[in-house]
Amino acid sequence: MIIKPRKGWQLIDFKELIEYRDLLYLLVSRNIKVRYSQTVLGGLWAIIQPFFMMIVFSIFFGNLAKVPSDGIPYPVFSYSALIAWTYFANSVTNSSNSIVSSGGLISKVYFPRLIVPLSSVLSGLLDFVIAFVILIGMMLYYHIYPTFMILLLPIMVVLMMLAATGVGMILAPLNAKYRDIAYTVPFLVQFWMFASPVVYPVSMVPEKYRLIYAINPMTGVIEGFRSVLLGSVAFPMQMLLVSAAVSIALFVTGALYFRQTERYFADVI
Amino acid sequence: MSNPIIKVNNLSKRYRIGARERANKSFREAIVEGITAPLRNLGRLRNLTRFDNGDEENTIWALKDVSFEANKGEVLGIIGKNGSGKSTLLKILSRITEPSSGSAEIRGRVSSLLEVGTGFNPELTGRENIFLNGTILGMRKKEIERKFDEIVAFSEIEKFIDTPVKRYSSGMYVRLAFAVAAHLEPEILLVDEVLAVGDADFQKKCLGKMESLAGTGRTVLFVSHNMAAIKNFCPRTILLNQGKIAEDGTTDRVVKHYLGSGVNTSAERVWNDVKKAPGDDDVRLQAIRAKNGKGEVTAEFNIQEPVYLEMEFCVLKEGWSLTESFHLSDESGLLIFVSGNSLDPAWHNRKRPVGFYRSLCCIPGNFLNEGSFIIKVAIATDSVVAHVIERDAINFHVFDPGSGGVRGDHTREWPNVVIRPLLEWKTEQVPANVCNSCGNGEHEGLM
Repeated sequence: MIIKPRKGWQLIDFKELIEYRDLLYLLVSRNIKVRYSQTVLGGLWAIIQPFFMMIVFSIFFGNLAKVPSDGIPYPVFSYSALIAWTYFANSVTNSSNSIVSSGGLISKVYFPRLIVPLSSVLSGLLDFVIAFVILIGMMLYYHIYPTFMILLLPIMVVLMMLAATGVGMILAPLNAKYRDIAYTVPFLVQFWMFASPVVYPVSMVPEKYRLIYAINPMTGVIEGFRSVLLGSVAFPMQMLLVSAAVSIALFVTGALYFRQTERYFADVI
Repeated sequence: MSNPIIKVNNLSKRYRIGARERANKSFREAIVEGITAPLRNLGRLRNLTRFDNGDEENTIWALKDVSFEANKGEVLGIIGKNGSGKSTLLKILSRITEPSSGSAEIRGRVSSLLEVGTGFNPELTGRENIFLNGTILGMRKKEIERKFDEIVAFSEIEKFIDTPVKRYSSGMYVRLAFAVAAHLEPEILLVDEVLAVGDADFQKKCLGKMESLAGTGRTVLFVSHNMAAIKNFCPRTILLNQGKIAEDGTTDRVVKHYLGSGVNTSAERVWNDVKKAPGDDDVRLQAIRAKNGKGEVTAEFNIQEPVYLEMEFCVLKEGWSLTESFHLSDESGLLIFVSGNSLDPAWHNRKRPVGFYRSLCCIPGNFLNEGSFIIKVAIATDSVVAHVIERDAINFHVFDPGSGGVRGDHTREWPNVVIRPLLEWKTEQVPANVCNSCGNGEHEGLM
């Protein structure tokens, strides 16, 4: 092995990542164990956040503002989007803080730095699964039964993870150097939510702007979620393609940027 | 000789240091500064990772053109003052940070131990932390499972292994952390000052573990300020000074050089101006010297000849009974003895009149080992008032001409020996006793 200043752009070193898979696994399990340690409600917190958001949204947007919901009861309509959104928002927040909060590790030991934001994104999946169980309960309650289209759900999940990881890989190095990012992310995430079809349906957006709207990768993901789970809208093929392309672009850009910047993490944290 | 396992070529690392903030002169200026601060901050933060504009004054070279090689199985000490680049070197070799220029070639699996307990999470139990910390240090999960019992036994905290480590005492925490580190089996181990933790017993255990690691063909780079440990482990040592290699050679020589560089190397110190001499208003030191039997001031002593230590001082106020003492340390700072004149019948419990005094103390020949010794001088009244304390006052060197004296037929150095006294011995064959009853027989005293 030769150590010298690195030149040029590099993509992810998958071979090395695989070598360190045990570490990734243990960091994910650490994140999960630590997140709700010494809490009374424990894993219930994974449900409380999207569930109460759903109640608030149902009262204000569903009942009072009468926001349309594609013929689906507003609670299920918003909750199906909220679980995806909550996952995305938490993943982006946690992964963009991850490099700074793992500063102690990074300045003392070598390992592929990518593992740090990756473990944040992966450990959020458990919360997503827990929250998803509630969605199934709600669907049964409202007599909404999914079709075989639900087999396409993993695609949405993968896209959602790609987008979250991509954004995390861009924000985490920036945050390592400019701590302003830590203050920016919370309201970035809030803006982003209203730019995604969480509280309102895509059908409210004029047809001709929908593909531009789909540049927000969460648009395609959330609309896809609703389509395959609730069957409320037709499968949004075109929008999903745009969103997928953007997700992949985000991921690749993030990976390149992360690899480029990771060499100075230990020096700037 | 085979290929070196570590080959470092002109390795350099540049860091940016903070430029001085300008002070505001007026309220108006402060407001303008405040408004333009974001722009300045942006420039400053951007520059953290840029070195192209050649402003040398705001950067330092933590390492500059460092080159060396280490062979398989070699245990290499790295010493130097704080800020000399030791840790930076280890950080580069363990790939934590990238060099600014130069390269290093490493053949083998590297583990670095820059602190104990890296990645320990207070919320997790001892068991979980063993796995987390182990994988962070580069072990595989299977490997940890295999060594798990051994690690727990080494840490001596079996009972608490399923307790969150935030409830551990700091000693338990360190023991657990070190137990994990001690079970690393890399081909190359990079260790920074980590042995300075834990109680004496545990430190000894760790040093023993390190020693056995070094004995199994592993290459170890060991950074430490603990010269005794360096001398124990490392046949070869590199001395870094301001990012450059100042010396690379046998540990004994390099350590001697390093320790010698910081202290006054003369065998005599004289203070002509009483006001500036060490001491208080009552007693002031005037001179300290090391002399040989002929009364000549010298810093070099044959191991067989006595060393005379002399101090001169003024008593400016009457009314104190004084004890003068010499404190002799070896070059690693180990205090070998303190000798005072408190038993001198002429002055014992007697108040000193104002005047000029000279005290002489004799260290007999055939008592000290070879090496450099450092003298501290103190003049005190009982243990109540310390009138004079002068550290590193003088030093001298004891050499062995190589024949006669304690050495006998032993021709090599006697490392790790503090004194080498000539003691009386008597050995005789005792015909009445048979060997299997040895130990039951009477011991005849050495007379």
